[in-house]
Amino acid sequence: MKRRDTLKALSFSSFGLAVGPVEEAVPEPKPKVVPPKLLAGRQKFEAERDTKLHGEKFFTPAELQTVTILSDIIIPADAKSGSASQAGVPAFIDFMMVDQPANQTPMRGGLRWLNTKCVNRYGAPFAKCTKAQQIDMVEQIAYPGKATPDMTQGVAFFTRMRNFVLGGFYTSKMGIDDLGYVGNVPNNWEGVPADVLKQYNLSYDEEKK
Amino acid sequence: MDLFQIKKAPTVYDAVIVGSGAGGGMAAYMLTKAGAKVLLLEAGGYFDPADPKYITQLKWPYESPRRGASTTRPGGDFDAAWGGWDIEGEPYSSKPGAEFHWFRSRMLGGRTNHWGRISMRFGPDDFRRGSISGVGDDWPIGYDDLKPFYDRVDKLIGVFGSVENFPNEPDGIFLPPPKPRLHELMLKKAAKGIGVPVIPSRLSILTQPINKERGQCFYCHQCNRGCQAYADFSSSSVLCIPALKTGNLTLQNNAMVREVLTDQKTGLATGVSYVDTITMQEVSVQAKTVILGASTCESARLLLNSKSARFPNGLANSSGVVGKYLNDSTGASRSGFVPALMDRKRYNEDGVGGMHVFTPWWLDNKKLDFPRGYHIEYGGGMGMPGYGFGGGIEALNGKIPGRDGKMKPAGGYGAGLKDDVRRFYGAYIGMSGRGEPVPLESNYCEIDPNSVDKYGIPTLRFHYKWADAEIKQAKHMQDTFEEIIHAMGGIPMGNKPGPEQNYGLAPPGRIIHEVGAVRMGNDPNKSALNKFQQAHDVKNLFVVDAAPFVSQGDKNVTWTILASSMRTSEYIIDQVKAKSI
Repeated sequence: MKRRDTLKALSFSSFGLAVGPVEEAVPEPKPKVVPPKLLAGRQKFEAERDTKLHGEKFFTPAELQTVTILSDIIIPADAKSGSASQAGVPAFIDFMMVDQPANQTPMRGGLRWLNTKCVNRYGAPFAKCTKAQQIDMVEQIAYPGKATPDMTQGVAFFTRMRNFVLGGFYTSKMGIDDLGYVGNVPNNWEGVPADVLKQYNLSYDEEKK
Repeated sequence: MDLFQIKKAPTVYDAVIVGSGAGGGMAAYMLTKAGAKVLLLEAGGYFDPADPKYITQLKWPYESPRRGASTTRPGGDFDAAWGGWDIEGEPYSSKPGAEFHWFRSRMLGGRTNHWGRISMRFGPDDFRRGSISGVGDDWPIGYDDLKPFYDRVDKLIGVFGSVENFPNEPDGIFLPPPKPRLHELMLKKAAKGIGVPVIPSRLSILTQPINKERGQCFYCHQCNRGCQAYADFSSSSVLCIPALKTGNLTLQNNAMVREVLTDQKTGLATGVSYVDTITMQEVSVQAKTVILGASTCESARLLLNSKSARFPNGLANSSGVVGKYLNDSTGASRSGFVPALMDRKRYNEDGVGGMHVFTPWWLDNKKLDFPRGYHIEYGGGMGMPGYGFGGGIEALNGKIPGRDGKMKPAGGYGAGLKDDVRRFYGAYIGMSGRGEPVPLESNYCEIDPNSVDKYGIPTLRFHYKWADAEIKQAKHMQDTFEEIIHAMGGIPMGNKPGPEQNYGLAPPGRIIHEVGAVRMGNDPNKSALNKFQQAHDVKNLFVVDAAPFVSQGDKNVTWTILASSMRTSEYIIDQVKAKSI
């Protein structure tokens, strides 16, 4: 039920009143956007821009669904960490569409290309295909060196998608933990650990010579 | 019209300094410590790396909605430079067929807030490349003139390094250098094997405390974000803020200087006029001495825009040399992948904000087909992921056998891809050459006759082309990079840039090391400034950024800006005491 319908149900029908034309003309209230928590040190134009872009969406719900499926095919959950969508990657990709609009046409067009191909091959757009069909499609565009000439545009799209997904996942808390990055904390650098030096047959004494 | 009512401030300062970067900051520090009343004008806003409202240090990529992408600033969201190559309302242009990319930081401390902290002294040969090689010009001063100031800058600001007695790489008064990281040890071993020296870096980062005002490095690798402990050198934290504490400094932020004012009778500078960038109010201020530290191109622009009946070519420009001999470092890069570093044990190797080792120029140009040298900076390690992490993996994972020893097609998806990312993490290395160009009269900036910025100030137009000497140097860099990568057992990434790409030589201005547009010299017909960076034509006008430099060596110039500005500041103090200015 849409929000406006809910309001109707609550306010008018509960009072036994018919919905009049005036009510119909009242626009749906915009969802209240909570101002973003801005990064420190923003210049004025950056703060204004970040505030404006916050909450803006580019993908349609259908597009976002496809982006989400693709994201989780590229980075699925495994024994060590969760999937791309669990790390919030689709929302990040959506933000990058509004932050860097040059991405919009290749991404929207690429999704369209993918759906057209899927309809031709399987009779349904990507998101409505079976899991096996989706993987069959992805296999055609995931390997630049193996793709057939009719798939090159799909390869370019999938490569772009893969880059976004990797970038989004490994800059999330989940992805950083998966990698095992343990820095970004005050510490005292005392050199490469002894066992690692030994593993690589290196030493600081030798270095001094 | 109130806006055009020029507000004239009543105070006559001992000195007005334009720009708060390395040169302007040092002059402000020296003069205020000596008791002078100084006005420091900065075109951008206030910045203090220790004030939480500016701190991006120790933040995580996911604290930026774009994960630190460079959408609004070239170094990304966490970088401390406010500005970049393109600033809204402050255009510049290039002549057809030429180009120059002009990076400006509009903030207290200028570009010293985000720079690499690479702090090398020029060597004795760097001051006399003209007589050594027959191309280019000598400086009016030599290493011995600057050495005492380099020593004092080392002690005042702090720099780590090692005593090496390496030819033309003078040792300083060093703090202990950090130990090399794993990939740096491997680089050193491999490079040594092919005759390329690798020595500890020389960076202005405090590996030990040097005073009570500044803390010690805590190894987060983020100097480019500004340091809340003041453990690296920024002009904001180390020079401007201490100068403010003397009580002798008046800092005016958001002051875009329009021109240097002169007395038409005496020909002396009387102050400057500026636009308040917030209120758009025009203001003129008076000072007994005018010191420009606005940056190489901005100082040249200011002089060229300060035209009057007495100075029709612009100020300090009877020689016509202002704007000419503009030169930026050469730069070329290559990256590689080192299979031996795959599947690494994880530990924190962030280290300082830059490489722990580097390669100083090690060859004799007399035996080469290009006249100037370069140094090599190295990157690599298990760094914090940022925007774009993992991008382009399809260019690599088809070349590396999997855990089962079998090759697989490049690209891919799924659990196998995830495993590739884990295996490859920390196994990449990068290297960048930074070299000395031959300054040419034909590389210059001038006032664009057809353009003004949003303050109505005429803008710069550039004419800059790389010559054969620089292109050949870049070719040598690329050959060396591949040799080093191969010597490490690595795989060079991407294609080696060839002649059609100038061997990867970065376009002029991209390395942000530009110097030389207001050069000094002993001959007033060929130079704008004398050997104390004092205008030949206007004795109470000085330039203290890198504009006076005749050449830039194969060293990054910040340490020389600091030493030269300190020397000029003491000269000013002496001249005032002697009542000469």
